[in-house]
Amino acid sequence: MFGLDKRDTTLLLIVAGLTIFAPFLLNPFPTDSGLAQFNAGYPDLMQRFVIFGIFAIGFNILFGLTGYLSFGHAAFLGVGSYSAVWMFKLLSMNVLPAIILSVIISGLFALVIGFISLRRSGIYFSILTLAFAQMSFSLAYSVLTPITNGETGLQLTLDDPRVLGVSATADGSIPVTNLFGMEMRSTYHLIVGPWDFQFNMGYYLCALVMIAAFYLSIRIFRSPFGMMLRAVKSNQQRMNYTGLNSKPYTLAAFVISGMYAGLAGGLMASMDPLAGAERMQWTASGEVVLMTILGGAGTLIGPVLGAGFIKYFENIFSKINDNVLHGWFSFLPDGLEDFVVFIIHPFIGKGWHLTLGILFMLVVIYLPGGLVEGGQRIGNWFKGRKKSDAHQSKTNPAE
Amino acid sequence: MSILEVKNVGKRFGGLQALSDVNLSVKENSVHAIIGPNGAGKSTLLNCLVGKLIPDTGSVMFDGQSVLGRAPYEINQMGISRVFQTPEIFGDLTVLENMMIPCLAKRDGAFELNAIASVMSQRDILDKAEAMLLEMNMAEKRHMHAASLSRGDKRRLEIGMCLSQEPRLLLLDEPTAGMARADTNNTIDLLKQISDQRNITIAIIEHDMHVVFSLANRITVLAQGTPLVEDDPENIRGNPKVREAYLGETA
Repeated sequence: MFGLDKRDTTLLLIVAGLTIFAPFLLNPFPTDSGLAQFNAGYPDLMQRFVIFGIFAIGFNILFGLTGYLSFGHAAFLGVGSYSAVWMFKLLSMNVLPAIILSVIISGLFALVIGFISLRRSGIYFSILTLAFAQMSFSLAYSVLTPITNGETGLQLTLDDPRVLGVSATADGSIPVTNLFGMEMRSTYHLIVGPWDFQFNMGYYLCALVMIAAFYLSIRIFRSPFGMMLRAVKSNQQRMNYTGLNSKPYTLAAFVISGMYAGLAGGLMASMDPLAGAERMQWTASGEVVLMTILGGAGTLIGPVLGAGFIKYFENIFSKINDNVLHGWFSFLPDGLEDFVVFIIHPFIGKGWHLTLGILFMLVVIYLPGGLVEGGQRIGNWFKGRKKSDAHQSKTNPAE
Repeated sequence: MSILEVKNVGKRFGGLQALSDVNLSVKENSVHAIIGPNGAGKSTLLNCLVGKLIPDTGSVMFDGQSVLGRAPYEINQMGISRVFQTPEIFGDLTVLENMMIPCLAKRDGAFELNAIASVMSQRDILDKAEAMLLEMNMAEKRHMHAASLSRGDKRRLEIGMCLSQEPRLLLLDEPTAGMARADTNNTIDLLKQISDQRNITIAIIEHDMHVVFSLANRITVLAQGTPLVEDDPENIRGNPKVREAYLGETA
């Protein structure tokens, strides 16, 4: 189906199913229960899951296939966001032209940076991309203030022209982002008993874009172009002596992944129309590297899993504080309760980075293939057990 | 009719004159061996032919066109394929994929953004790769990772990859280095078969005299960066200058 083989079609359908039913799947606990804080099914967080999923899918096309580790991909995310916000300021609040512009501008930006950075490979390439991203960040933060509005960040104002829209709504406020009139922020609440399921317009737009982006990445992975990118990673010497010019291949991969990042940036601005320089900082570039490696670089689903995993931790674990912990362990005797809370304290709230770091180390050491490898091992373990069960039941009668 | 003409080629690395005044003419459809003691400049000469090095002086003409200043991939697209001393293959890819890549390079040229169509829908490429695997006797290994092949199989795969590009000149850099006697003999048979059945010129750099005299119908002896003599195998065997410079007692 869709020009994919059976396995890839199944994978695509699973991803599509998970994203479409995410408002249910991420909201398993009733709103008034103590576990409600583990619910991730609210629009803001779900949008972030899929947007960073797109970012990581694109990054994986470069890093997973060619092995070129870019440490500056956040620059394209930022450029995408700025482009989108400018579109909201100048043209209209419709997200479609804004997203298209962010993809084009970040693609051009990636073409320039890629052309220069790809003169080197390995660690030198990583350093060059890092340097470019930090330069972009500094420019956005100070020198280019007329375009980026410096440290305040680019925001919408009431006197923006918006040629095809209105500068201000009838009641004098800034208009909201929409897709042909459908407001991104509009949310439908489905209340079933104690559960509150939220269906947000913006989330579903991002989800559809992510499914399309995921589908495109499967096609790229399975195409002759994708095979050439894996050849770049495997043996560039053989490639050059086989009549293939590896440079345009890597540059094309770089530009495609830059456009994915721009798409993510444009969507981010479409959900919340502001863009700040911190979106381009090296920590943001590092985050997408973590997502891809944690999920499984070079696998199709890995980056999406990694993105979801990290964003969940960032938003859920960072919200657990000492009061919550005392609530959980109140059944323990007083001294012991304080002690347990004291032990767990560094790993939660602001310390969530510590937990994430430990998990990342465990994954890299024990599961070099990321979460995907973990899933495969569990799958094989079950299969192996089933097989040995079948084997035993066969041999039993003979005894 | 010579397909490769090397004229007055010289190459210096710092204080070392690696090649000086090398003249070489490889006839079409011949098997031409280049032999010489260690440090004679065989590999430097080969690297000058494939674009890895640019000679300081002289000219290298392939089929009437100069190869100097062209990138390795351009020279390959002109019709020169190279087999390396240690097999250079795509270790992370399957054997079949390894074989498909040169077929794609032959069909689509040095770069083609063919990013949407599935690899499996490229019928012509698949058929060609499968046929070559069959010819190389590796069809049952098509789904193995190339890195897990044995040394001899890696060599066969690399030769097959080069052949599937239908090159006019095949350059081999010590193709049997580090091989057991049985593998060496298999490789000799394979190369004989290739030169008999295909419209191809082979230039081979080799240490192993057994291989050289089994295959070559023309031999150039290099010593200290310059050709000592170029002749037929029988005459090389009897040439006292060659014996003295290189063959010693083993010939």
